[in-house]
Amino acid sequence: MLDDFIARALLAGIGLAIIAGPLGCFIIWRRMAYFGDTLAHSALLGVVAGIFLDINITLTVFVVSAVISCVMILLRRSGTLSSDAILGLLSHSGLALGLVAISFLSQSNVSLNSLLFGDILGVSKQDVGVIYIGGTVLLIILVLIWRPLFAATVSQELSEAEMKNPNLPEIIFMLLMAAVIALAMKIVGVLLITAMLIVPAATARKFSVAPEQMVVISILIGILSVSGGVAGSLQFDTPTAPTIVVTSLILFILSRLSPRMLRARRNK
Amino acid sequence: MSDPLVTLKGAGVYRDKRWLVRGVDLEVARGEIVTMIGPNGSGKSTTAKMALSIIKPDEGTVQRSDNLKVSYVPQKLSIDWTMPLDVRRFMNLTSKLTAVQIDDALTATGAAHLKKAEVRSLSGGEFQRVMLARAMARRPDLLVLDEPVQGVDFAGEISIYDLIKTIRDDLGCGILLISHDLHIVMAATDKVICLNGHVCCQGTPTNVAKSEAYKNLFGPRNDSTLAVYQHRHDHDHLPDGRVRHADGTVTDHCHSDDGHHDDKPSHNHLNEQNHA
Repeated sequence: MLDDFIARALLAGIGLAIIAGPLGCFIIWRRMAYFGDTLAHSALLGVVAGIFLDINITLTVFVVSAVISCVMILLRRSGTLSSDAILGLLSHSGLALGLVAISFLSQSNVSLNSLLFGDILGVSKQDVGVIYIGGTVLLIILVLIWRPLFAATVSQELSEAEMKNPNLPEIIFMLLMAAVIALAMKIVGVLLITAMLIVPAATARKFSVAPEQMVVISILIGILSVSGGVAGSLQFDTPTAPTIVVTSLILFILSRLSPRMLRARRNK
Repeated sequence: MSDPLVTLKGAGVYRDKRWLVRGVDLEVARGEIVTMIGPNGSGKSTTAKMALSIIKPDEGTVQRSDNLKVSYVPQKLSIDWTMPLDVRRFMNLTSKLTAVQIDDALTATGAAHLKKAEVRSLSGGEFQRVMLARAMARRPDLLVLDEPVQGVDFAGEISIYDLIKTIRDDLGCGILLISHDLHIVMAATDKVICLNGHVCCQGTPTNVAKSEAYKNLFGPRNDSTLAVYQHRHDHDHLPDGRVRHADGTVTDHCHSDDGHHDDKPSHNHLNEQNHA
């Protein structure tokens, strides 16, 4: 079954959706969508580092993203990172720096298109393995830090006052984000990672009354988006990663529309 | 009395080129209710955050007893629309509570009917009761309350002050309370601290009210639940850190012996209060 590139693509995408669900929820709860963008964009620098040093790209992307997220935590602590403008500046200069750095590498090594938009139809068996093993580790860590991370997400002040090591869960969460970016880059590319994380979570909000429930629903919506996106891209011959994001956007819009339409029908 | 739960000595916080609060000496012991009053920006919340170890002092020291279990009711807590969170789940936020503990605490604060309500849908007063229930259910050694009656109507205010006293009596915890109103101190208060960028005055409510020096600043009022005090500030702290006194002069500091402190207030606000 894994010999079929479509099966591999689906498996990889579904694996990513399972990881992206819980992390995406935390990203929107913590209002960190732009933060995630900044991290994802700077992942390009990790790619350059990997090619330049000739080591595993997933690893260098993780390390670079981790370093940048630590810097951003420090900036945020000192209150310098509070504004939208500074995050926007960092996000797009990260992207520009990455693009400039890549242009210095020999062209044959990198397909810029696949870095920016992913290459889900090109994932190998090994890639699928990395996603599932990495994803399992990531989810186990998330379960372990769930309560303190959730408390700090609801109220940083409360968790600082009442919990031991209040900053540890946030740091671990940033590392998890760096990890998910490293895992997802191959599949959806740096430009669309954040969408993969936040759109299913935002859609799930409407159907959830508890945070854990929202996580499960966003995983399901993520899986639906990936399946729909892969099928849609084959059907209409469109690029796969953008089609996945478009599918999840359609699901989001449907989720917003449905109750109003139902109400309208009832009123007739 | 046992060793204090938390002790601040000469503590101060310096931010953006000015002292938010300075030279705070403060002690909260087990079973004691300490009330902080003072105008907006006088450093009440900052002082509470030092006691909570949320903010580290830039000068002076903060000492807390070992394994101190703290509950905090912050002044503001906004829940993002993206966060589905009902009251029961919110109660479990920082520690795992049993269903019985949750029910008991919500019943005690008169919020039992809200157990399944979404936190975002609560009114200000309802949310305060839930926050209080959460803080109480943790059975803390030290309870810090930042304006707990904010957004609560007067009848609710009395019942919340009653409740705070009950929590103290039942749990034997120390309570550090920030009053939203400069003029009101709950009757069960053991110690009043008046802040205005520094500690203006402190002592037991009766001593403070009776003392010669503050007789004109504080006036006692009898009420079954609330003790009402008057307080008139004779100086303002300017944004640049200097001090403007009642006579219009401006100095760098506000030492009590600089001749600018007026012990004879020209008027009294006593009758402006309608809380009784």
